[in-house]
Amino acid sequence: MSITAEEAGRLSQTQSTTASALRLGNRLGMSNLWFAFIALLLGLPMGLYQVAERSGYFPWLESSHVYFASTSTHGVLMAYVLTTFFMMGYGYHSMAHSLKIKTWSPLFSWAGFYMAVFGTALAAVMLLTGKASVMYTFYPPEMAHPLFYIGAVLLVVGSWFWCIDMIAGMTQWKKQNPGKPVPLVMFGTTINAMLWLWTSAGVAIEALFQLIPVSLGLKETLDPGMARTLFSWTLHAIVYVWLIPAYIAMYTLVPKLAGGKLFSDEFARIAFVMLFIFSVPIGFHHLYMDPQQAAGWKLLHMLGTFMVAIPTFLTGFTVLASLEIASRLRGGKGIFGWMLGLDWKEPMVVAGMLAMFMLTFGGFGGLINASYSLNAMIHNTQWVTGHFHLIFGGTTVIMYLAVAYWIWPKITGRQLHSKAMAVWQLWLWFIGMLVLTLPWHYIGMLWYPRRVSSTPYEHVGVVAQWGIYELMMVVGGIILVVSGVMFIYNLIRTHTNKIAEPDMTVSYAEAIHPPLKVPNILNSLTFWNWAMAAYMLISYGYPLLQFFFIGTHGAIPFGI
Amino acid sequence: MHVDPLEKRWLYVVGGIVAFTIAVQVYYAAAKGIHPPSNVQTIDSAKLHLSKEFAENNLGVHKNTDGSLDVTMVAARYGFYPQEIEVPIDTPVRLRIASLDVLHGLLVPYSNLNLMVVPGYISEANTTFTKLGEFPMICNEYCGIGHDYMYARVRVVPKNN
Repeated sequence: MSITAEEAGRLSQTQSTTASALRLGNRLGMSNLWFAFIALLLGLPMGLYQVAERSGYFPWLESSHVYFASTSTHGVLMAYVLTTFFMMGYGYHSMAHSLKIKTWSPLFSWAGFYMAVFGTALAAVMLLTGKASVMYTFYPPEMAHPLFYIGAVLLVVGSWFWCIDMIAGMTQWKKQNPGKPVPLVMFGTTINAMLWLWTSAGVAIEALFQLIPVSLGLKETLDPGMARTLFSWTLHAIVYVWLIPAYIAMYTLVPKLAGGKLFSDEFARIAFVMLFIFSVPIGFHHLYMDPQQAAGWKLLHMLGTFMVAIPTFLTGFTVLASLEIASRLRGGKGIFGWMLGLDWKEPMVVAGMLAMFMLTFGGFGGLINASYSLNAMIHNTQWVTGHFHLIFGGTTVIMYLAVAYWIWPKITGRQLHSKAMAVWQLWLWFIGMLVLTLPWHYIGMLWYPRRVSSTPYEHVGVVAQWGIYELMMVVGGIILVVSGVMFIYNLIRTHTNKIAEPDMTVSYAEAIHPPLKVPNILNSLTFWNWAMAAYMLISYGYPLLQFFFIGTHGAIPFGI
Repeated sequence: MHVDPLEKRWLYVVGGIVAFTIAVQVYYAAAKGIHPPSNVQTIDSAKLHLSKEFAENNLGVHKNTDGSLDVTMVAARYGFYPQEIEVPIDTPVRLRIASLDVLHGLLVPYSNLNLMVVPGYISEANTTFTKLGEFPMICNEYCGIGHDYMYARVRVVPKNN
């Protein structure tokens, strides 16, 4: 059988369109990811400085001005810059390789990237000159320089370009492939894009109507109660926006690189839609101790907060089951013995298992924070910082690192400089995180307050019990900095590696039962967007509206 | 839709854990009245000195007829006023506090007192101190460069004192 010239022409055209889609995805991916990891590299030593400064063992380091500027910068770099750019880079790569289509306008995609870069630079200048030491949670009525807020808004708006790209990509693919399930990696990525649009709306409203006008002097006062309520809208769901790329890797890469299959494709989709619907309308567990919201609303938000634990329980089950299958295929045996049978030389497997371990600890801590009554014991203590470092810096970031080890050879065409070093690095990251965060939780239970640069209280009995744990935390911080430098070194050396990557094809884990057709509700976001709108109206409608009739008094802005 | 039997069992376990956790908290909230501090009450932070309750001469510990105590305080950079309060052990205390300027928070070691102080609002919490001694009342919310130094003293004394 021979093909006609016309068919051949069409075929080669498809091939070249695919090739150019992959090229664009790779370029957008690499630019975003490098920016993300530079933020990580810069943020790490700040973390070490902070833990050392706070410990009181290094008096020559002590300066509250430098400390609070550093904390604010560390928070912005790690929580906003690393995460946003990682999500964008990984998303562009996933879209190109799973759907094989281009973003609808490359110019638009690059415009989003450069806007986010410019915004970050603007905010960075203000942070590093000490004009924005208001923490990454902003805390009005304390006011930073207006350029800090404007920079942060540009970073967020730039990331909205990415969201539009992902949603448009999935929509276009579905039109071309009617009835087919969207590849899981893209379903998760698009859910995350949609979630980020919903999530970031709260802080965007706060910035546009409160922070920027007051910092520019256009408005005289703002209501901190309303600002905190708006920020809570963003504050919890944002951590799921950071976590979802890690979950995507756990579902679509870990089983594959472990040499097995994904236990359930459908339950992965269910986990993603549950993370979507239950992560935004539940922000009041950050406001349990606040005066401006009534107890009933806090109770309502508590219910949703516990519901969002379910998709995490599901993810833990599916990922561990997939790993167990992979191990047994390799000859692993025993109820727990199969864990030894895993491919512990593969960075993705190492990261997946260690992430799961940290998720178990961190998830347990999270249930305490989420608790309507127990929260009072740890609110605004170091327990909270310990918790989110374990679950974000630990579980989430270790998956980011493993994704980088997988993606770098695929994009550059060069083999990873050293797989063994990557495995060592991931173990060091894990050990560093535990050495850092376990004592951190503990001093929180001993009432060590959050967000202080020193503890000059005259009550020696209370203060003395913290010292030894702070020293342990310094050790954890050192391990993490070493590990972070190893990571960046490995990536840089990969670019100049002379050995070509033998396997350039990008493929994702197959499910044991690959879905031929999934219910529309697990293949489309329309229903879930309406559900989100309704749920948000219920949980944030009155609590926000009340500020217009309970007789609030604006607060005057203060410098730091 | 394919559901593995093992998966189904796990779903029941997870559902059970979540339902139980929620039930415990709803029970204690409804039956024992355990709620986080949540009185929604506004005040003009710029005019605390003109309000009756938070004027300087009204700050401190007030004894109620039933033996319980009302403690009225103001949080302002970088201290809690009055700087020192004395309360008897095992006595119900209602703390009402307002901010003069920015966000503050407070916690007292060896007690369950933990509260945000938001400008424009009056914060209220109920507690009972159960350990004798002097403890710091520590600001636990970033309030500016001097935040570290923001603390007051709570002296818990024997009852018949």
